[in-house]
This record gives sequence, structure tokens and C-alpha cells, in this order.
Amino acid sequence: MAETSSPNILEMRGITKTFPGVKALSDVNLTVRRGEIHAICGENGAGKSTLMKVLSGVYPHGTYDGEIVLDDTPAEFGSINDSEAKGIVIIHQELALVPFLSIAENIFLGNEQLGSNGLIDWHRTNDEAAKLLARVGLRERPTTPIQALGVGKQQLVEIAKALSKEVRLLILDEPTAALNDTDSEHLLGLLRTLQDEGVTSIMISHKLGEIADIADRVTIIRDGRTIETLDVDLSTQDSVSLQDRIIRGMVGRDLEHRFPERESHPGEEVLRVEDWTVYHPTQPGRVVVDRANLTVRAGEVVGIAGLMGAGRTELAMSLFGRSYGREISGRAFVHGKEVSVKDVPDAIDAGIAYVSEDRKRYGLNLIEDIRRNISAAGLGRISRNGWVNAQEELKVAEEYRAAMNIRAPHVLMEVGKLSGGNQQKVVLSKWLHTQPEVLILDEPTRGIDVGAKFEIYTIINRLVADGKAVLVISSELPELLGICDRIYTLAFGRITGEVDVASATQEGLMALMTQETAQEVRA
Amino acid sequence: MNAAADIRDLFTRNLRTSGIYIAFVGIVALFTILTNGRLLSPGNVTNLVLQYSYILILAIGMVIVIIAGHIDLSVGSVVALTGAVSAVLVVREGMPWWVGVLAGLGVGLAVGAWQGFWVAYVGIPAFIVTLAGMLLFRGLTLQVLNNVSLSPFPKEYGNLGRGFLNGLLGGYGYDTFTLLIFAIAVVGFAVSSWRSRRAKLAYRQHVEAMGLFVARIVAVAAVAMWFAWQLATSRGLPIVLIVLAVLVLTYAAVTKSSVFGRHVYAIGGNLSAAQLSGVRVKRVNFLIFLNMGFLASVAGVVYSARSNAAQPGAGNMFELDAIAACFIGGAAVSGGIGTVPGAMIGGLIMAVMSNGMSLLGIDQSVQQVVKGIVLLLAVAFDVWNKRRATEARA
Repeated sequence: MAETSSPNILEMRGITKTFPGVKALSDVNLTVRRGEIHAICGENGAGKSTLMKVLSGVYPHGTYDGEIVLDDTPAEFGSINDSEAKGIVIIHQELALVPFLSIAENIFLGNEQLGSNGLIDWHRTNDEAAKLLARVGLRERPTTPIQALGVGKQQLVEIAKALSKEVRLLILDEPTAALNDTDSEHLLGLLRTLQDEGVTSIMISHKLGEIADIADRVTIIRDGRTIETLDVDLSTQDSVSLQDRIIRGMVGRDLEHRFPERESHPGEEVLRVEDWTVYHPTQPGRVVVDRANLTVRAGEVVGIAGLMGAGRTELAMSLFGRSYGREISGRAFVHGKEVSVKDVPDAIDAGIAYVSEDRKRYGLNLIEDIRRNISAAGLGRISRNGWVNAQEELKVAEEYRAAMNIRAPHVLMEVGKLSGGNQQKVVLSKWLHTQPEVLILDEPTRGIDVGAKFEIYTIINRLVADGKAVLVISSELPELLGICDRIYTLAFGRITGEVDVASATQEGLMALMTQETAQEVRA
Repeated sequence: MNAAADIRDLFTRNLRTSGIYIAFVGIVALFTILTNGRLLSPGNVTNLVLQYSYILILAIGMVIVIIAGHIDLSVGSVVALTGAVSAVLVVREGMPWWVGVLAGLGVGLAVGAWQGFWVAYVGIPAFIVTLAGMLLFRGLTLQVLNNVSLSPFPKEYGNLGRGFLNGLLGGYGYDTFTLLIFAIAVVGFAVSSWRSRRAKLAYRQHVEAMGLFVARIVAVAAVAMWFAWQLATSRGLPIVLIVLAVLVLTYAAVTKSSVFGRHVYAIGGNLSAAQLSGVRVKRVNFLIFLNMGFLASVAGVVYSARSNAAQPGAGNMFELDAIAACFIGGAAVSGGIGTVPGAMIGGLIMAVMSNGMSLLGIDQSVQQVVKGIVLLLAVAFDVWNKRRATEARA
């Protein structure tokens, strides 16, 4: 190996990758210094993941143009095994762990620790796993099955797995996207520790604050091209101006206002929920939502802020036709009239719509076209005597494609082929077509790029201007502060506060969101 | 878009849907040549229809089951049970033929409700429920028949499986009635194609080039009228073909345009999303199996009518032929994808292959090997095609 004269562990030069009909990467350059944390930013579809797949050998040498230089030596990876042999490990957004196997089994999957007899040495496996878990700061036994862990802990197991392979260059694809703030903090802290131990990291992230906090440098990619690489030095610039600079690079324009302006004219009350209580579906006696009270008025955007596990989604889904939980009690009123909602069709009839936080799992039929995804919840509106009016269906779909600015050549395109933002617009179209009175939007902008977020906010504004009531659940406090009129905070299943947005601050909300209710002890 | 681009599309992007038709034409051509044209002789074409009608009827129900992400292994046993109950009433007890038919269909509905209950409301995987059903209904068949065959059925009953409509309007060595029915069907097909094209244009959707459109209609008309001529110069219009045509048209429409059909695709495509979109999943699953039971009993009546007997071993392995037809016809193993016309073509491919190989005097054992390989290749093609599609997208 050449003497390590260059400070760069990795150089990717002039990478061009073409798929049939699309140029995904065009002459991309990326230089990563030894021992740094290097962030990669870009809108969805900019080519970040493709670049990482080129680097890790998912797209083998020969299927792209350009060269990869690792430690001053040209590298030609024929498969992901080749890159792992060189100490490059990629952790994908969708975690690749086997739920029924234990932590230790997952860590050493494909790299089993064999004894002299050729069988798996379980003692050594578990012992090594325990050491790795200590390194990543995960206090779980190695024999615990993966399915018993939350996403944050699973992420740590993935990193432990990478460490077991003697990783030198760790690639993380949106590692904190699914994590709550505490877990994110821990993960970022771990990356710093690894940095001290000499591990170089490349991190794809949408969270600009996080990048400003942790990264040494950031490379911005737009439309398959490298835009620029910036030094992250908070001693010469403040975090906000850096973030603005990154955003400008990502979208290619100034994004003065990340949230569209809206005048608020709340009308009469549309949704009222009283003493809503929900128990966990499988663990008897565990209260998930505890005597929640809330109201949403026409023309009003109301936010629900809460950390992961606070019961936000559980509250929403239990309201939406008892799709979550058991022993649900409490009363719900739509336009002042009590509604009895036993299942989802009842909820739709009552004028409630729920846009799930996980659109791929709960929102869309990915192998079906745009048209049929849009019509799926409101088939009754375009059918007579059980027969669907195909022409009407097409017309409705076309109307929503135009109104929501869904970017697709036609509505007969498979939804799975759309970008995240456009998929979200399809889900929104589906629910708008049911003509709801109140829309519950659960993380409506998760995993979609800055430009599409703005469009979603604009759509929300249009809805409330039409007199709909909107309830937004979001993990991003700036988003809630940017689009809501009022915000409820939820902590440990209870509503701990109701704040007018004019007087709300992130710090104030966070205090309420972490409040372990004193009422707990009331007799 | 021009015709050349459309044709290119047919072989590239739409290979999944068009591939099956191309394969069918190829297989028919192959066996026509190998058999010196005997495959397409009037007598043999008629035989093909009579011999495989019940598999096609089963495949109609099966493809709906498969689209929803289930499977049904019990249909062969249900075919046997239907025939057995019917035979006991008509042959042994001497009741009118239609009592037998109604009782048979009643058995199918009862079976369907039974299996639908376990799958939909108890939540047991269909594979297990119908595997149990396969044993259960075979056992009941043996009980009902006391382990012996019952025959013969009265002529009216037999007509359902092997009767013909012939000479209703006279003819000169050929049956005018058959030709007329087919001519009406062809005109109906042309008119509905034209209307659907107009509707698509009105919504600014892509349609194939005019020349290709006309060529397709003409080709379909030519094949249909040739088929009619083969029937007309043989024994006339098989009654079972009318039954089959009604079922295919009805179920093609149900799957494509009814709310129920949409819900079936939604469940198979993404169960959770379907549930959260207001699909009453349990009810739809129940109806899917109720319908499968019904169609299995229709196949049972046709089969017992054709073989003019109820046998304890009737319908053995039919489930596998029906399932194979669906997968060869483009249904996805993971659910959410499949069509009734596709399953019919899949069934016909199996039929032509079996029949062609029989004409060539190829041994039954070899036939099984060939059918097995064709099924495997069909699904392999589907998997390959899907991978190609995802790669193009990544």
C-alpha cells in the first residue's frame, strides 16, 4: 500500500452513473479526509444514495464511469463484500436486521464466530457482542431478540455490527430520520467517539441543525452533480447562516421563507375529543393515551408535539376508527355531534381522515398506479351499486394531479416509482377525495425534501382556507411553530399543555413535552 | 405516439402483460406444426374446450384468491364433493337434474363460507385452512359416495358438461347459430374497445396508434371467427363454452370495475394501507372464499356432467392446474397483481400443451415434467421482469 501521504482516505473522481433513460450522477467528486465526519446533503432524488451505492460496491465497478481512490490506491469493488473487506460499511436507512434473531446473532450474521469444531461458538459470539454493545453504549443483553428493541437501539446494533467488521469508513444513510431527540443525541455522540477512535464517517442527512452540530465538512449534491463542499466551522459562522447556505445549495434558490404565510381565521369547532383513553393492544393494563381532551376549529391548524413514545400516533390512530389499541374510552364530536366510530369506514363517514407517518407501509399500494391510490379511500364517491365509474375515477385523479402538483407524466404511473414528496401528495389526494371535515396529518413531511415540504405546507394552508380543520403531528418543532395556530404537547400519554403559537418557543414546548406529570400522584 | 413505438412498447415495457399472449401464440404455433395441424382441427378444438373448461372455471376463482395474497388447495376436493352430493340426489335418489345442480352449488357456497370464516374471521392462513379443507372434503366425498362411483346422470345434466347447441338456425354443413353468436360477440368487442378508446382520448390518456388499434380488433375478430368456424363445422356450440364465457365476462368486469374487485387488489397490494383506507378486509376475504367455493362447485357440476359420473377420486390435483394457470397468466406470488383474462390464457397454455403432447403420443410422465418446468419458467420470468423493472427505476 502506498504511504499515507495524502490526508484523504477517499476520493471519488468524476463519478457518472446512468440508468436506462436517466443520468443519476454526472461527474460527481467527493473527497473525504481521514478521521472526519463528512455530511452529504441534497434533496430527495439528488443522487446521494446512488453515490453511496457506487462507493460500497452495490453498483459494481464497470457499471459507472469515474474512479474511486481509497488510501491513494484505485479501488474497484465488484460487490459489497469487496468494499467491506476494505473497511467500508454502509448502514442503510431501512435497517437490515432479522427481527427474530438475537442482537449477537445479528451482529455476527454472515461472519459467524466458529469454534475449533466448526460449529458456532456461542459463548464467544455473545461475549464479543457484549463488548461491541459496550462500545456503542447500548445496555442490552446480547441474547435479546432484535424485535424487542426500538428503532434507536436497532440503529446502535447496526453500528456495533459495523464495528465487528473493523470499519474504517462508516456510511450512514439518514441515521437519525426515525429517531427521537434523545436517541439522536446518543447516536451523534457515538459518532464523535468513533471519530476519536479513528473511524471516518460519511453521513447523509436532511437535518441541517444536526449537520451543523456534528459534521466537519459537508458536500452538497443537486440533480446528480456536486455543488460544493463547505467547511463546517461554527467559530467563523453561526449555525443559522450555515444552514441557509446549505439550503440554498440544495434547492438552488434562496429559501427566504421555509413556511408559507397564512392568515388565520379560526371558525367554529369541528372536532372535540373528551377524556380519550387508550390501552396498549398487547400489554394489558398499560395506558398509552390517558384522558386526552382536545379541540380543533374550522380553518385552524393544530399541532401535537411529543417525543417518540408519547402516544401521538396512538392517539391519532385510535381516533381514526380504532385502528390502534383496545379498551378505548372517551367521546368524540364532529361539528358538535357525538360520533361513534367503530372502524375505519365509520371514521371516513364521520369526516375524519388520517394520513399515516409511514406512507409506504400504511398509506400506499406501491404496486398500483396513482389513479387507484387516489380513489382507494373514496371509492363510494365514484361508484354506483358497487361498480366503479372508471372515467370518473380518471377525471378525479387528473384533477388531483393538477391541484396537488404531483410530478408524474400521467396518473397511470406506479406510485412506487414516485419520489417521497410526490407519494405524500398522492396520499393527501386520497384523503381529500373523501371530503373530510378534519384531517389528521402524522409527520406529513417526513423523509421529503425541502422544496416538497414547502408545497405540502402550502396545501395545508389551502385546506384551512377552505374551512377544514387540520391536526398535525410532527417531531420537528420548527415545523409546528411555522405552520400551526395552536399546539398541544403530549408527554407519556397525557396532554401536558396547550400553547398559542404566538407565545410558543421550542424550549417552552420541549419543557412541556418532557414533563412527567405531577398529576400522576393525585388520589 | 406512432405504431412502431407502440410495438416496441409491447415487447419492452409491457412485456409482463403482453408476453403471455405472445407465448400463447408461440405454443399454439409450435404444436400445430408438430401435430401437422391436428391441434387445430375442428374436432380437437371442440375437445379442448370440453376437456379444460373446469380448470378455467377454477382458475377464475383462484386468480381472485391469489390477487388477495391467499391460496386455495381445496378446490379439487370441492369439485369431487359437489359431484358426489349431486349424484346421490339425482342418480341414487332419482330427483330431477336441476335439484342436483342447485344442491351442488349449495355445497360449494357452504364450503366457501366455512373456509372464508376460518381465513377471514379467525385469521388462520389460507394455506392451512384449505390444506385442511383438501383432506376434509375428500373424506366427505368418500363418505357420501360410500367409496363407489355413481352413474349415469340423466341427459339434461350431462348436457352441462358435454352438450351442444346445434342446428337451432339450420346450416349447410356448418351451424349458423354458432357463427351468429360469435359474430355478435366480435361486434360487441369492437364496439366496447372503440368506446373505451374514445373515453381514454377524452381524458387525454395515451392510446395505441389507430393502425395498431384496428389491426388488433381485426386480429381478434379473425381468430374468434375462425374458432367459431371450427366449432360450427364440428358439433356446434358447446353449452359449457357459454357457461364459461358468461363467467369470464362477469368476473373480468368484477375484478376490473367493481368496488369489491378494487378492494381485492388493495388487500393484496398492501393489507395495512387497505385497512386504513376503509376496506373491510375481513368481509372481503370472506367473500373471496365464498366465491371460490361457488366457482369450485360450478366446476364440479361441469366435471361430473362431462364424465357422466361422480367418482371418489374426481378432481384430484385440479387445484394445482388452476394455481399454475394463474401464475403462468402473470399473477404475482406476493399478491396484488393478476387478471382474469391472464389466468384464462395461462390455463389455455397448459391445455394446449397437454392436448398437443397427448396428440403426439407423449407419455403422461413426460407431460408432467414439461408442465412443471413451464410453471417454474413462467414465475422465473415474472421475477426477472420485476427485478428488471426495479433496476430501471433505482
